[in-house]
Amino acid sequence: MAQHLTAEQTPLVADLSQPAPDSRLADVRVGVVTFPGTLDDRDAARAVEIAGGTAVPLWYADTDLQGVDAVILPGGFSYGDYLRAGAIARFAPLMDRIVDAASADGGMPVLGICNGFQVLTEAHLLPGSMIKNERLKFLCRDQGLRVENADTAWTGRFAQGQEIVVPLKNQDGQYVADRRALDELEAEHRVVFRYAGGNPNGSRNDIAGITNARGNVVGLMPHPEHAVEPGFGADLSGSGAVGMREGTDGLDVFVSVLEHLTR
Amino acid sequence: MARIVVDVMPKPEILDPQGKAIANELPRIGLSSFTEVRQGRRFELTVDGEATEQVLAQAREAAEKLLSNPVIEDVVNVSALPEEH
Amino acid sequence: MSETHFNLDTIEHAAATPDTELPWAELGLNETEFERIKEILGRRPTAAELAMYSVMWSEHCSYKSSKVHLRQFGEKVTDEMRRNLMVGIGENAGVTDIGDGWAVTFKIESHNHPSYVEPYQGAATGVGGIVRDIISMGARPVAVMDPLRFGAIDHPDTQRVVHGIVAGVGGYGNSLGLPNIGGEVEFDPCYQGNPLVNALAVGVMRHEDIRLATASGTGNRVVLFGARTGGDGIGGASVLASESFDDSKPSKRPAVQVGDPFAEKVLIECCLELFKSSLVEGIQDLGAAGISCATSELASNGDGGMRVNLDDVLLRDPSLTPGEILMSESQERMMAVVTPEKAAAFEAVMAKWDVEYSWIGEVTDTGRLVIDHHGEVIVDVDPRTVAHDGPVYERPYARPESQDALQEAHFTGSPEDAARPSGAELGPALLELMGSPNLCSKEWVTSQYDRYVQGNTAMAMPDDAGVVRVDERSNLGVALSTDSNGRYTRLDPYRGAQLALAQAYRNVATAGARPVAVSDCLNFGSPEDPDVMWQFAEAVRGLADGCQAIGVPVTGGNVSLYNQTGGVAINPTPVVAMMGVFDDVTRRTPSGWREDGQAVYLLGETAAELDGSEWARLRGHLGGTPPRVDLDRERVLADMLVNMSRDGMIDAAHDVAEGGLGATLAEMALRFGVGARIGLGEVAERDGVDLFTLLFSETQGRAVASVPRSEEVRFRDMCTVRNYPFARIGVVDAESGSLDFQGEFAVGLDELRDAHESTLPRHFG
Repeated sequence: MAQHLTAEQTPLVADLSQPAPDSRLADVRVGVVTFPGTLDDRDAARAVEIAGGTAVPLWYADTDLQGVDAVILPGGFSYGDYLRAGAIARFAPLMDRIVDAASADGGMPVLGICNGFQVLTEAHLLPGSMIKNERLKFLCRDQGLRVENADTAWTGRFAQGQEIVVPLKNQDGQYVADRRALDELEAEHRVVFRYAGGNPNGSRNDIAGITNARGNVVGLMPHPEHAVEPGFGADLSGSGAVGMREGTDGLDVFVSVLEHLTR
Repeated sequence: MARIVVDVMPKPEILDPQGKAIANELPRIGLSSFTEVRQGRRFELTVDGEATEQVLAQAREAAEKLLSNPVIEDVVNVSALPEEH
Repeated sequence: MSETHFNLDTIEHAAATPDTELPWAELGLNETEFERIKEILGRRPTAAELAMYSVMWSEHCSYKSSKVHLRQFGEKVTDEMRRNLMVGIGENAGVTDIGDGWAVTFKIESHNHPSYVEPYQGAATGVGGIVRDIISMGARPVAVMDPLRFGAIDHPDTQRVVHGIVAGVGGYGNSLGLPNIGGEVEFDPCYQGNPLVNALAVGVMRHEDIRLATASGTGNRVVLFGARTGGDGIGGASVLASESFDDSKPSKRPAVQVGDPFAEKVLIECCLELFKSSLVEGIQDLGAAGISCATSELASNGDGGMRVNLDDVLLRDPSLTPGEILMSESQERMMAVVTPEKAAAFEAVMAKWDVEYSWIGEVTDTGRLVIDHHGEVIVDVDPRTVAHDGPVYERPYARPESQDALQEAHFTGSPEDAARPSGAELGPALLELMGSPNLCSKEWVTSQYDRYVQGNTAMAMPDDAGVVRVDERSNLGVALSTDSNGRYTRLDPYRGAQLALAQAYRNVATAGARPVAVSDCLNFGSPEDPDVMWQFAEAVRGLADGCQAIGVPVTGGNVSLYNQTGGVAINPTPVVAMMGVFDDVTRRTPSGWREDGQAVYLLGETAAELDGSEWARLRGHLGGTPPRVDLDRERVLADMLVNMSRDGMIDAAHDVAEGGLGATLAEMALRFGVGARIGLGEVAERDGVDLFTLLFSETQGRAVASVPRSEEVRFRDMCTVRNYPFARIGVVDAESGSLDFQGEFAVGLDELRDAHESTLPRHFG
């Protein structure tokens, strides 16, 4: 379990009884892509809405990004994870648009969660790959993470070194890359999230999430979208004890991108 | 040192969802010559010394007992890899 | 019979060749049944007809041995029980009104025999099958649960079965995006050669979206969509589910069905889109007996007949004979009836989701199910005779002579044989119990299941019930729990079934939900054994009487017979799944306390009821009579627990069941790692039992709750007004790090957790 933070470090979690702090956030349109076999698309859309933004469903076979300001590739088992996780989804027509938008001057923010992260690595937007968990089993649990890079489009709300807890659930979650790629990631501070309180799957360098050089594309294996709503979140939080399923540490990932885009 | 290859395939009559998913994708990326894809598994077993008939027999046994599930899979090949130079 | 012969066997040919030998016995029919088919048709059946009748008249599909007993579920029904019931027994799954225009459908089904042959695929396709039942009612599936029963934990074969089944349940359910919110795991040698894999699925829909399996409207088109038809599990329904395993006949193993969860996930979304646009008139999933079942059930539930061209069925294996096509149990297929005007819109949805489909026939006004193959008629039957008018048996049953001796062999454990610990021995005894295979933490299993997906899970294992939100605006939702105790049922089938019902009912209420509906999965041995048939008859009678007593209807379920290895039947295992309703799921009650200083209360009284208990199991004993059940008292307790939760009088609650009060307190402390100081002297004196009995007896009608200080007066008043025994037995102590039975013994939480959590990893890695 993550270490407790001091009061100064404790992040302010959005208070849902209040209107979004900045009404401009509602104008930010975040696309959520559904591939055949995507599972967490509704969850990701809900997270965007709870954070105060507007979620826009995107269909993998379309070629139009519908003018969205950012894109989330949610978790699931696109194409059943057959062949390799994410290997088939990355050929979807919409992926070409996303790769273009992410690489273009604007540098559209893209977040890949779990299977979405796997798609991003298969599409070569992020280095490395995921293989089966060290213990070869699907693993679902609340997972401590340390935020190593609070400068990306998706992590601005966090403090460097802050610990958070969000659910982890996957079968192919072990992050691997060759030594050179790992050294490069570390040297350029492109590791965004690192597992805290024990490496659950054997990932190299305890890596849970990484970013590209520009910081607009982030991929991570754990699921921040499952820790955004009190009563339906994680059982734990990086900022101390919370009630059953009251952990909402993941929400700031989504608030971060909205703020990034309204800055 | 020698290596023995074991190839395991889903039985012909058994549904192969992996192969089906790949077959559906191939024409979409412009490769339309293939009418069917079946996905199997390959194992490489390394031994000290040569791949003698006795070792191959053990590999066959390993293939039947452990590497494959006879209810849904067939062992289609157990053979020594040519020596690497 | 050769393939050629199959192909040539038209109805004309059959009429002309009355004396042709047919393999009715190999297909599982007996001579009387075969004669009956000839009588119905007025000629011998064609090979294809024989295939259809044989699968549809199998035990698995026709319920021929159980029907006469199951009728009680329909007969013993009061108006109170009918109030929320929208669709009852007989459809793919029952539907219950939960208010605000929402309806919930849920069902539990067995996949026992296939899971022993090929544990991964058997369990996976079990999940797939029950989920399709839910979709075919018009609902979006929202959660699954899986009660599993394995052989002895240390038996060499248990490894294979446990790893395969758990991975199969997870592999399929996780890929569908359905949270797994609970279930059971039991180890007992009686399940060694016959594990039980029961799968439950629950789905939600608006009232107007309910769909039924009917083919009506002459000229409407019949379409088969989803996966192609292959040789999967041909004869699986009749052969696998209706015969016990016998080592001497391994050659009878039929092809195993292989699941494709990705195809099913796509099928779910595709069906929901069809429902949303009202593109189908009737729909049926393909499960056991495949096309035979779907065509005959759709046609017989409709107002006319159906004509099907088998050449239009898309095949994965072109060498299949017509009979095999009709019997194939290939997974991930659905059949629907569509009006001609909507055919194009239907096809557009298929194209969007990349789902293969084929128009295979149409609804007719002939009242006959006619199937063509290569231009010839190979089936011409009244569909009712296939789907509904199967044989019904009044199997002989009698109370086994050995039952008296079994019931007289009470648990008498004495201090001498360490079976009745006291004083300082109680601490180690509690540790032993909490680390035993059946009371240890099941996290090794449940951590392989996704409980978060869909974002609506308000509670899951290890709490008393799984809870999911149905309406994101109002927080309306449901709770589900499954329960069974084969040992209790073995000792007294009538009472054992009621104990399963009482426990599932209490679990749901303890979580804070109002129990409203039951689904059951009745796992028993061979109905041809009068001893087993007696167990079955008694258990069904007990369950039907019990449901009437608590006012909750059975909405559907499944019977699994022939669960035995050689001549030895499993313990009779009627699994009861209870559904409850919450107005607001965020009010659910967790099963562990966490606030320092809260009072710990015990509701109910304890008698010396150790027969059939977990403690007796640990000492290798099974005999005597199981705990008494008083369903009127359970009703009072459940009502109190629901009201206490709704009015904020309790912060945590956990029912007292297997393992007794000691296990309940240990689980409550371990849930959030918070200790308590417990004093049981007064209660022991009040109830006239010693401390061992108080801690390990499994008397029903009990629960433990933690109560905020500010609520104690209201809490006590409610118990007093309802005349329900209660006692303040302790205080939550967040600092101590132990469960301290004051003046008797204390167990450190670290030690307790270690004992509780290390058992499954030690055995299974």
